[in-house]
Amino acid sequence: MENTNLALGMLFQLFQSLLVVLLAPLLMGWVSQCRAWLQNRSGPGLLQPYRMLRKLFLKDAVIAFNASPLFRVTPYILFGCMWLAAAIIPIIAVDLPFSPAADVIALVGVFALARVFIALAAMDIGTAFGSLGARREMLVSFLAEPALLMVLFTASLISHSTQLPSIVGALAHREFVLYPSLAFAALAFVIVLLAENARIPVDNPNTHLELTMIHEAMILEYSARHLALIEWAVSLKLFAYISLGIALFIPHGIADVGKWDALPLSIAALLAKLVMAGAGLALLETLLAKVRIFRAPEFLGTAFLLAVLGLLIHILLGA
Amino acid sequence: MRSWDNLQGGEKATRMDIAGVLPLDMAGTIIVLWLALGVLGLTLRGKPHLIANAIFPAGAVASLALAAIGLWALGAAADVAILPLGLPDLPLHLRLDPLSAFFLVLLGGASFGVSLFGAGYFRSMPGKTLGLLCLEYHLFLAGMALVLLADDAYMFMVAWETMALSSYFLVTTDHRIPDIRKAGYLYLLVAHVGAIAILLGFGVMQGGQGIGAYTFDAMRDAHLSAFWSSVVFLLALFGFGAKAGLLPLHVWLPEAHPAAPSPVSALMSGIMLKTAIYGILRFTFDLLDMQQWWWGVLALALGLLTAVFGVIFAAVQGDMKRLLAYSSIENIGLLLVGIGLTIIFHVYGKDALAALSLTAMLYHSLNHAFFKSLLFTGTGAILHATGERNMGRLGGLIRKMPWAASLMLIGVLAIAGLPPFNGFVSEWLLLQAFLLSPGLPNSYINMLIPVVAAVIALSAALAAYVMVKFYGIVFLGQPREPALEQAHDAGIWERAGMGWLALGCVVLGLAPVFVIRQLDPVTQMLIGHGLGNSAGGWLFLTPVDTERASYSPVYFLLAVLGVMLATALAVRRFYHGRLRRGPAWDCGFPEQTARMQDTAEGFGQPIRRIFEPFFRIEREAPSAFDTHPHYHGRSDDRIWLFLYLPIKRITETLSSWVSVLQHGRIHLYLSYTFATLIVLLAFM
Repeated sequence: MENTNLALGMLFQLFQSLLVVLLAPLLMGWVSQCRAWLQNRSGPGLLQPYRMLRKLFLKDAVIAFNASPLFRVTPYILFGCMWLAAAIIPIIAVDLPFSPAADVIALVGVFALARVFIALAAMDIGTAFGSLGARREMLVSFLAEPALLMVLFTASLISHSTQLPSIVGALAHREFVLYPSLAFAALAFVIVLLAENARIPVDNPNTHLELTMIHEAMILEYSARHLALIEWAVSLKLFAYISLGIALFIPHGIADVGKWDALPLSIAALLAKLVMAGAGLALLETLLAKVRIFRAPEFLGTAFLLAVLGLLIHILLGA
Repeated sequence: MRSWDNLQGGEKATRMDIAGVLPLDMAGTIIVLWLALGVLGLTLRGKPHLIANAIFPAGAVASLALAAIGLWALGAAADVAILPLGLPDLPLHLRLDPLSAFFLVLLGGASFGVSLFGAGYFRSMPGKTLGLLCLEYHLFLAGMALVLLADDAYMFMVAWETMALSSYFLVTTDHRIPDIRKAGYLYLLVAHVGAIAILLGFGVMQGGQGIGAYTFDAMRDAHLSAFWSSVVFLLALFGFGAKAGLLPLHVWLPEAHPAAPSPVSALMSGIMLKTAIYGILRFTFDLLDMQQWWWGVLALALGLLTAVFGVIFAAVQGDMKRLLAYSSIENIGLLLVGIGLTIIFHVYGKDALAALSLTAMLYHSLNHAFFKSLLFTGTGAILHATGERNMGRLGGLIRKMPWAASLMLIGVLAIAGLPPFNGFVSEWLLLQAFLLSPGLPNSYINMLIPVVAAVIALSAALAAYVMVKFYGIVFLGQPREPALEQAHDAGIWERAGMGWLALGCVVLGLAPVFVIRQLDPVTQMLIGHGLGNSAGGWLFLTPVDTERASYSPVYFLLAVLGVMLATALAVRRFYHGRLRRGPAWDCGFPEQTARMQDTAEGFGQPIRRIFEPFFRIEREAPSAFDTHPHYHGRSDDRIWLFLYLPIKRITETLSSWVSVLQHGRIHLYLSYTFATLIVLLAFM
């Protein structure tokens, strides 16, 4: 019984990771499509990211003369880290045999590992834009990362666990009451999500102006398969963040341990939530304007304060 | 000379015997061996290659043996010895208990790598300097080991001073440079102010009970009142804080570390700072029999301030060794936070939590010993290859020094607290302690805890910023000076030393369960509670239970590596592996010079701007029409201005008053003596 459960769990783990990896570019396509509609354009279609990836994989890679091995290995590290993140977040069910290997603190660590590598790779060639991007990325993250950690701590304190399946299990089965602490945390989380995924108002994913770039400035030197992997990892990261938000704040519908019959329903619930979240993200990005780089720390400082407030509220009021 | 065994006397505690040899005897042998090697080095000063090829490696082997002895003694009962040396009524007492044993492991493990590195690094020195340095170096190691083994105040202070003085001479190895002499003087001054505080602390504990009461055993039985315990704790915090670089006594650290030769900086930062942590632990949890909750709050607050201060200043440094020195200040702050938490939990009777935070703190000391020694030795390799400490003149070294660069990358990832390396494990444990903490009876402290956790998270994230800056500027990009084209990689001894330290970072990161089991006797000894065996087997780190929290670095690493490999294979299988090299793209900009990259100042600029109130900034920018534009900027410590300079002024004023009495004429001094005698006679 134990063994069959484990085997099923493994199978399930594999299924979830593959599903996420395959779906992630679609989510990216959905967000850009929604943005296009909101801006009264017809948009490139939902499948554009896949076409992009295919094109990039087919091209010959060109790298700078002085690129070191660190530069070449970083896209793979990035992809591996994001895959791992997608594997430990309960996305359609909480049965994840791999999740004890990394809890929420390790999840933040995975994101940090990927970020440090991409920032180092950006500095490897030694161009002005590369180091500019790396510096700005680290600037944004040094406030976003603790804010994310505080958000996760609030959820951990409510559920007495740092294991994501336990957190989701506990949060999904409470009575439906609004926790003020979670409300603060949710607000902070949205800001962190925008910043960490290089979205407006902190960064503009579609920018063509080098001086305002953060993420794009870091990957200017990449081409072909390396760029494809980075783009894919970026969409995986967005997917992971959105599903983390879903798991923390609207976990209803994620299948419980051993409930295989609930899977179709949970996949449907996931898709519905993703469609909503993607549209919401596009709406937010359309309504907001990009801020100057030195306003970004204030914006993120707000997130940090909100998250700490949420934590304090939970500890003081127990709510 | 009589054998070591004959030198021992007095009663012995129950101990583990292996063929009649005891851990303490062997540790003593190692210390004697170090001293002998030092003296031998001095006599061999005509043959520098012999010192480099034989003495330093032999010292390294002794270090490794000491680490093994420490590991062995961790599981054994406390062992004491009394030497027939010392003061008439106070022979020297030695004691090897789990706390000492743990720090001996730290000392031996880290100094093994540093000494191996030293064998390569010091080789180019002139023989005369090298002979002297060899003596000081091994004296320094022996002094640190004796601090850890001392069991009475006299022995402790002698060892402490040996450590301070030998390291002072090591710092001033290049004493012909005025700045280095100045740095050494500052170090000596702060070290002695601290030593006085420690001595006073011993004095309070001894309580005028006669010279026999200077043994640690007598102090353990002294049962001081709450007030006097607090006085001792504050004196210890001040005295050891001066050695550890606690705010505001940190000023010597960023001066002395860059001044010293790199292996010495590695020893000082990686190991010597930990002897101060050892001292605080020994005083607080062993010599004093009760603690108070506000000690914990004080340590927590000071630790947080130190951590944030250290990391912010590290972010704006342009000299790579100063940057690392400030990063050491940050790490000492984190260690003190761990001590503060342990005190709070222990006082409120939450011993499981106290054990968790103490374990996190001990683990972090061990980690810091390894990665900071690795980074400092790495700066030594760079200094050797380029002769440059200023990051603004380095760059692109990953292509010239692939060995040093890849080993340093491990150190950088470890100190930035990234999984699956060792820095992440201790950070993880510390954060778990915070997450388990709600429910203390004192509601103010409950309120404090999340704020503390937030600040810890912030400083950890800033540490990643600092390390990206450090590694990116030094090793990546284009070389900023033409001379860097001639840089050579680290030599074989240097590689071996750095390789050992990097291996330590990886192993401590991948096998946390094993390490924590070894730490159990220490927490048992200090707070009477251990973390016990982990529920999840050796692969999973589970401090409380599997439902609450677990982390498995091995699976983590395997997963990331597996996906990387699978992706690389799949991309090649389904597409192709074609690759061309070309000039950098840089948005089509044709002229790219190395000067267009961020300098160290440029990379730190956002931090300087955000945390502006922390700094005293001087800037001198060129005007737009300058034909030879010159930029100059420096960010200084405000504490220096607001605390140290006033103290200096007061001291100068007082001494100028005193100097009124002094005229340098002998008859005047004789009449002072005469007057004093008359006054004393009149009062008696």
